[in-house]
Amino acid sequence: MAEKGRGEVVTYIEAITIGLREEMERDERVWLLGEDIGVYGGAFKVTKGFIDKFGEKRVLDTPLSESAIVGVAIGSALNGMIPVAEMQFADFISSGFNQIVNQAAKMHYRYGAPVPMVIRAPTGGGVHGGPFHSQNPEMWFVKTPGLKVVEPSTPYDAYGLIKAAIRDPNPVIYFEHKYLYRRIKEKLPEEEYIVEIGKADVKREGTDITVVTYGSMVHFSLEAADILSKEGVEVEIVDLRTLLPIDKETILKSVRKTGKLCIVHEDTLTAGMGGEIAAIVAEYAFDALDAPIKRVAALDTPVPYAPALEAFFSPDTKKILVALRELAAF
Amino acid sequence: MIERELAYKFLREMVLLRRFEERTAQAYQQGKIGGFCHLYIGQEAVAVGAINALRDSDYVLSAYRDHGHALAKGMSAREVMAELFGKVTGCSKGKGGSMHLFSKEKKFLGGNGIVGAQIPIATGVGWAIKYRKRDDVVLCFFGEGAINQGAFHESLNLASIWRLPVIYICENNRFGMGTPVERASSIYDLSQKAYAYDMARSHVDGMDVIEVYNTVNEAVARARGRSLPTLIEARTYRYRGHSMSDPIHGHYRTKEDVEEQKKHDPILNLKNYLIQNHLWDESDYQKIEDEVKNIVTDALQFSDSSPEPDDSELFTDIYTGEYYGRTHG
Repeated sequence: MAEKGRGEVVTYIEAITIGLREEMERDERVWLLGEDIGVYGGAFKVTKGFIDKFGEKRVLDTPLSESAIVGVAIGSALNGMIPVAEMQFADFISSGFNQIVNQAAKMHYRYGAPVPMVIRAPTGGGVHGGPFHSQNPEMWFVKTPGLKVVEPSTPYDAYGLIKAAIRDPNPVIYFEHKYLYRRIKEKLPEEEYIVEIGKADVKREGTDITVVTYGSMVHFSLEAADILSKEGVEVEIVDLRTLLPIDKETILKSVRKTGKLCIVHEDTLTAGMGGEIAAIVAEYAFDALDAPIKRVAALDTPVPYAPALEAFFSPDTKKILVALRELAAF
Repeated sequence: MIERELAYKFLREMVLLRRFEERTAQAYQQGKIGGFCHLYIGQEAVAVGAINALRDSDYVLSAYRDHGHALAKGMSAREVMAELFGKVTGCSKGKGGSMHLFSKEKKFLGGNGIVGAQIPIATGVGWAIKYRKRDDVVLCFFGEGAINQGAFHESLNLASIWRLPVIYICENNRFGMGTPVERASSIYDLSQKAYAYDMARSHVDGMDVIEVYNTVNEAVARARGRSLPTLIEARTYRYRGHSMSDPIHGHYRTKEDVEEQKKHDPILNLKNYLIQNHLWDESDYQKIEDEVKNIVTDALQFSDSSPEPDDSELFTDIYTGEYYGRTHG
């Protein structure tokens, strides 16, 4: 099978692969480490074929040692390398937590030494993975100064953000959504590009309600917006793309235009990204609000395995529509 | 030599584990089981041999490949299968799934979906046994992939300095997902890790249920009698892929590798042992197969006809007390 590249119609997961591959071709300091990323090609096959192309020295299969994976990545970054570490599932990042939040995040603060590194983490539910294979742990890291946190929603952004993450001199956590991996496709531009970290993207323009969202929920929100458009309500969809640092300007600009805000995320409600966005808008654009802010998020429980319960637990188009119709009627 | 009755008990349990999981694989392919599902087929002698060395009051903890340990510890085929089906009659009401089997009553303190995470917990169970002056023991199962987690090393050190009645059983099935143990571990004889903690160690043919049983029996005696831990490496082999989404052979092993290993099948090994000792009875074996078939068929029917968990179940069990969150979608 031929390698896919820019200018072709690619899936979200292929876009990550292309971005990674190009960065490895561009810069010999970029190397990969993680569990089963080499011979096996990665649990989800993001790095399929990489070990043959770049060799075992740059594509390292590691033991199941998340703390050591992150620690070794940090050490190599301090010594002139640019590591991209894969967590097999975002849930497993908990086993490497100290190395991320205390070591990587505070290395530059403590020593003035930059730590250019990326941690890739397949995140999210919708695949019946149950409590330890479906979580959205981004807020563990959004709360940690020193880190940057991104989560693309489209192949275009997946490609542009992985490249930006690799070129960023700070530790970047790159959440990639499992549900989106093979479900969405689009044509990548012919020309190389990056998606700047810290910049949200208006995925759909509208005048009546602002939806601030990211990750898989961008697509459910777009679907809801299309339905409402037929009812005469135009919803603007702001895709955060970067969760830390937050692009306040884009959010506030949109809310000032529409006067109504609904925040949608797949992560659980309490202390989720929605609370932070709501606080920002309440603080800086209170005068622009014509209605109370709404949040649509997963319920505050562990992620259940049973498909029926997971559907009830997770936000979806229907639940977003309920919130948006309430806002429209306000 | 072990008694005929015990040998047939091993046989029956290994056949149960295998047939249960063969039907599990079918149900998965029919879409009745979702998510991630890791089969134990090929490794049955380890769970059956080891757990038979225990009393009912002893504890077992396992990892994500946990169906076999759950059944061997006495959990019913119904409650395990229903959990895989995501039904409310499952042992965790369908909320956990394959990697989250649990039975307080059977002292099976869970599978675990995070590699190595059960090892410190098992160590704590052992600590409490000692503190409360009980004479129970803990069996903690994990794969060879887990020994490279810091949690393994931190736990074994504690078990040694505190002299805890915990038996750590490393089921070395040769592959951490698709990575051979030789590429992930600095040493080949994994039981040697015990040297670092001044702990008793054994390694055992994990395809030989009697050898597993005898070895774990010695470790249990050491734990129960003198409150001392042991690290056992059981060399075994999984016949199926890492999970249902991983082919049986491919990047990391060939079809021939798998077929070669099947010649050392634990059920076949026990059968040969029984034949050599003039204890084999084809009709007794057939009775076992028939009985197991009924149990598994019943479990499937039970799971099929069980209700889905009601939406209200999402909010139960999160706390011992009252749930704080909003309960509507």
